[in-house]
This record gives sequence, structure tokens and C-alpha cells, in this order.
Amino acid sequence: MSTQEISEEATRHIAHLARLALTDDEVKIFSVQLSAVLKHGADIDSINVDDVAPTMHAISLKNVMREDIVEASLERDDVLISAPQVQDGMFVVPRILGES
Amino acid sequence: MKVDKLMSLIDISAREISLLVSSGQVSATEIVQAHLDEISRHDGDVGAFLLVSGESALEQAKRVDAKRANGEIMGVLAGVPVALKDNMALRDIVTTCGSRILEGWKPPYTATAVQRLIAADAILIGKTNLDEFAMGSSTENSAYFPTKNPIDMTKVPGGSSGGSAASVAAHFSTLAIGSDTGGSIRQPAGLCGVVGVKPTYGMVSRYGLVAFASSLDQIGPIARDVDDAALALQVLVGHDKRDSTSIPDASFSANFLDNVAGLRIGVIQEMTSGISPAVDKTLKDAMIHLTKLGAIVDVVSVPSTQFGLSAYYLIAPAEASSNLSRFDGVRYGLRVTGSDINETYEQTRAKGFGPEVKRRIMLGTYALSAGYYDALYGKAQRVRTLILEDFAKAYSSFDALISPTSPTVAFGLGEKSDPLSMYLADVCTIPSNLAGHPAMSVPFGTDDAGLPIGIQVLAPARGESLMFGVARALQSGASAQTQPVWRR
Repeated sequence: MSTQEISEEATRHIAHLARLALTDDEVKIFSVQLSAVLKHGADIDSINVDDVAPTMHAISLKNVMREDIVEASLERDDVLISAPQVQDGMFVVPRILGES
Repeated sequence: MKVDKLMSLIDISAREISLLVSSGQVSATEIVQAHLDEISRHDGDVGAFLLVSGESALEQAKRVDAKRANGEIMGVLAGVPVALKDNMALRDIVTTCGSRILEGWKPPYTATAVQRLIAADAILIGKTNLDEFAMGSSTENSAYFPTKNPIDMTKVPGGSSGGSAASVAAHFSTLAIGSDTGGSIRQPAGLCGVVGVKPTYGMVSRYGLVAFASSLDQIGPIARDVDDAALALQVLVGHDKRDSTSIPDASFSANFLDNVAGLRIGVIQEMTSGISPAVDKTLKDAMIHLTKLGAIVDVVSVPSTQFGLSAYYLIAPAEASSNLSRFDGVRYGLRVTGSDINETYEQTRAKGFGPEVKRRIMLGTYALSAGYYDALYGKAQRVRTLILEDFAKAYSSFDALISPTSPTVAFGLGEKSDPLSMYLADVCTIPSNLAGHPAMSVPFGTDDAGLPIGIQVLAPARGESLMFGVARALQSGASAQTQPVWRR
């Protein structure tokens, strides 16, 4: 499993999943570096954890409930002021649907 | 209490400052100005701060002084200058996380931990440098500039809270606040010769802390002595309904006992191999000191902690890859406009994130991807269970545990160029984050070159009082505080 190399092709695929544009040089470097980290991490391959439950959180968590009461929230203008592009009280994003 | 104002306003403890300001012997304004002066003299060389908010600090000081003049009840940190790691939100003050992707972002709200400091009349004097998004162990991953270790300017201060540790070590601030996901408070504290505390997960609200790995992140204090750290932690700890992982009855009192006589203290065997001779000697000195004070000190094996690093470098990047997906060029920060929405995302993130952040996002994306999830992320979570079980076993025979904070003293700027060698710097600190347990670093001597060495004290969940007791006992045997290079 984790002993495998991360090929340049795999590196490009992961970068796409993570929405990161990489240069060809970055692909080469990250392929080597990610492989090295995973190779080091392969020491956990030897441990048998078949009967061990996973831990998502170290403390026991309960779902937090509250009364459904309207409370003050952040002012819209305070939030929009940091956005790269705003129009009519909304975030402006590039078109996400096809032209047709 | 009398102080020679010129000599020591930047040297005295938070407890002393609070007392002097509350009793009107020294004004908060004088305290703040003395620190701002020291920052302007030396931070050009150290680079602890990304932003010094001098004007705002003096306004806060004026408010605190007015409060005293009106005879109001003063907070326990009255007039105490505090530096904030720049991944915590303070309303209308630029918060960058050491990243270009958030350059210029002014949060519309204040982190709960920061609000608690303000309520205690502390003075926030600036935002400190960090490895980008708290990912790193040297502060060299900051997108802006590296911070230098004030004890030796050719060395790193550690990381990721390197600016915070450097600020306290340089006497730029009496206290600093950091965040610790795998050692980011304790390791820089250790390398800079100051005290750094990672509390039990859930003790300090994470609301307003920019998330790195949400199941591991915890805010904590950095101080020049154990009791200042305790006072700061007392202020920071408390339940917050805005953080769903906040412990409902979270509390901590800076009144704790330091009698270690009869206490069973275990030295974690797995953290005694691969450490430098100077660190090894310091650890042995610490064992001897605790034994002299009546503690029963013995070596204990916590076997699965040796797999902590491997589990961490799957779990933390996995959580980070999810958390950092919010930086998409839409709601805040940088945007590089592409031909469509995907290209906008990809180009924005390519330009905005530095190499270490990209590496971790990709590592995490891989660990969570179809076909690898069970073998990588799932397995790491099961190893996390083993670490919890092994700590529980150790704590059935010992009250507290100790180890080195870091395997070595501070390393040279630019010395660790490959990511893996940097990751190994956190080998002693990571297990406490995976377990959610409290742990802290206490300075305990130096190597021959005068570089600080920290001893880590670990305790079971919510064992802060016991941990602080052991830390203060250790401190009583430590050599004199290391001084910044310009004061020697």
C-alpha cells in the first residue's frame, strides 16, 4: 500500500483532485517528495490493526444541540468587504454553466 | 513592589505587570511602549512579527489605564503585552496565516481565545510569523520571511509558532499565543528557551483559529516561566458554544501544587533513541533533579508512539486538504481569474499556496482518495487508537510522563531542505496531539554552545494541574534563562 511510488502521472491526478495547477518541475519534485514521505510512513504497514476501531477524535464528542432561536450574525457588508469581487451584495464568480 | 522602569519593564513577569498596572504603580501605556521600543530596536533582525499593531496596542493600553483610574476591577492580565500567532482572527486586523492566499484579509470577527485575552485586559501588540498555515517546524515556510532564533540568529526558532516563541524569548512581548497541531507550540518554545503549552484538546476554543487539522489543533500560551504560562492558560480555557468540540466544563486554575514527592514519572523510552548527546544529557539531568525532589522516576515503553509520525502525516494532511479547500478565490483573499471556475480555483491556489502547503494538500488528497482511504487514512486512525491505548497503559503505572521536546537543539536556517527531515523534528510532540492529551515544554539547560533544550511534560487528558506541577518542579532545577544574543 503506502510503499508505492507516486508516479508523475499520479501526482498530476492528485493535483487535479486538489484543484492545484502544477508546473512540470513541480510535478517532478512532488512525485519524489510524496513518495519519500509515504515510504517513511510505511512502517505502519507492519502493525496489525484488524481488531482495532478507528479514532476520529481523541475526546468523546456528542452532537451539540441548541434551541432554534434567531441570533445576530455577521453583517453582510463586513463579510463581503474581503471578497475579491462583489456585486449587488453577492460574491461574483466565473460562469459555472456552459455558454449554451 | 518596586521596579527600575528603564531596566525591567520588558523583563518582568505577566504576574508582576498585572500587579503593577492594577495598583497604578506603572501604567499599561508605559509597559506597552517599552515593548514597542524593544521591537523597533531588534525585530528588524529577528522577524518575529508579520504585523506590529502599535497604535491599536497603545489605544488598548489607554483603555486599561482609564479603567484603573475609574476604580474598576482589573483583569488578571492587566497591561500584559501579548503577541498573537497570525492564524488567529482579531477583528479588522490583517490575518495572513503566513500565506499569500490570505494577504490583506481582515477578519470580520475575533477568535474566542483572543476575546478572552481582551476581557482579561491583556494588550494585543501584533501578529507573529508562522510556517504557512502552521505547516512546518522552522518558520521558514512563511511566505513572507523566515524568523530567526533570538538566542542565536543563525538558527531557526522552530515552528510553526516560531514568531510567537521568538517574541517571548526576545522580550518583545511578555506572553504569546500559538497553535499546536503536532508540536507547533512546544517545539519552538523548546528551541527558543521558553515555556510552551498544548492543553487538552477541547480546553481552548478553536473558534477564530484558521483550521489546519481540526481533530488535532489546539491553542495554547508561550511564556518565559511556568507560572506566567499557567496564568495565560487560565484566561484562555473555557467552554465556547461556537466550537462544537469545546469541553462543556472546561476550566483551569493557575493555582496548582508542585510537590512531586512520591509522584511516579515515566520517561518515554521510544523518545530517548535518536536524540542528540546534549539532549540526552539534559534529559538525564532532569530525571536526576526530579528524583532529588522525591519523584519516582523510571523508564516506560509507550510502543505505538513510534508510529505517531507516520499516522500524523496521513491524518493531519487529510484534514488539511479538506479544510484548505475553502481557499478558492471566491470569498476572501487572492483570486487569479482563469477561463472557467476550475481554472480560477487551480490558478488561485497555485499562486496563493507555498510548496509545503501544496505537498500536504496533495498528501491528504491522496490519503482520502478512492482505493487508498482504508489503507492509508483508515489505518492511521486505527494506529491513533493504539497510541491512546498505550498511553492509557502507561498512565496506569505513572502519574506523568517526560521526554525531550525535540530530538536536537535549534538547527541552522536553511539546514533542513527536504520535507521528511523537517517532519522528524516533531517526533516527540506528535503523539500528544493524536491522543488529545496536554503536554508542555519547559527549558532545562543548554548545550555547550548555549542553545536551549526543552523537556516535555505529558499528562493524561485534563491533567493540566499535575502537568504544571511537574513543570514548575523541573523549572526549579533549570539553569538561568537564556538571553537574546544582543543582551549578552
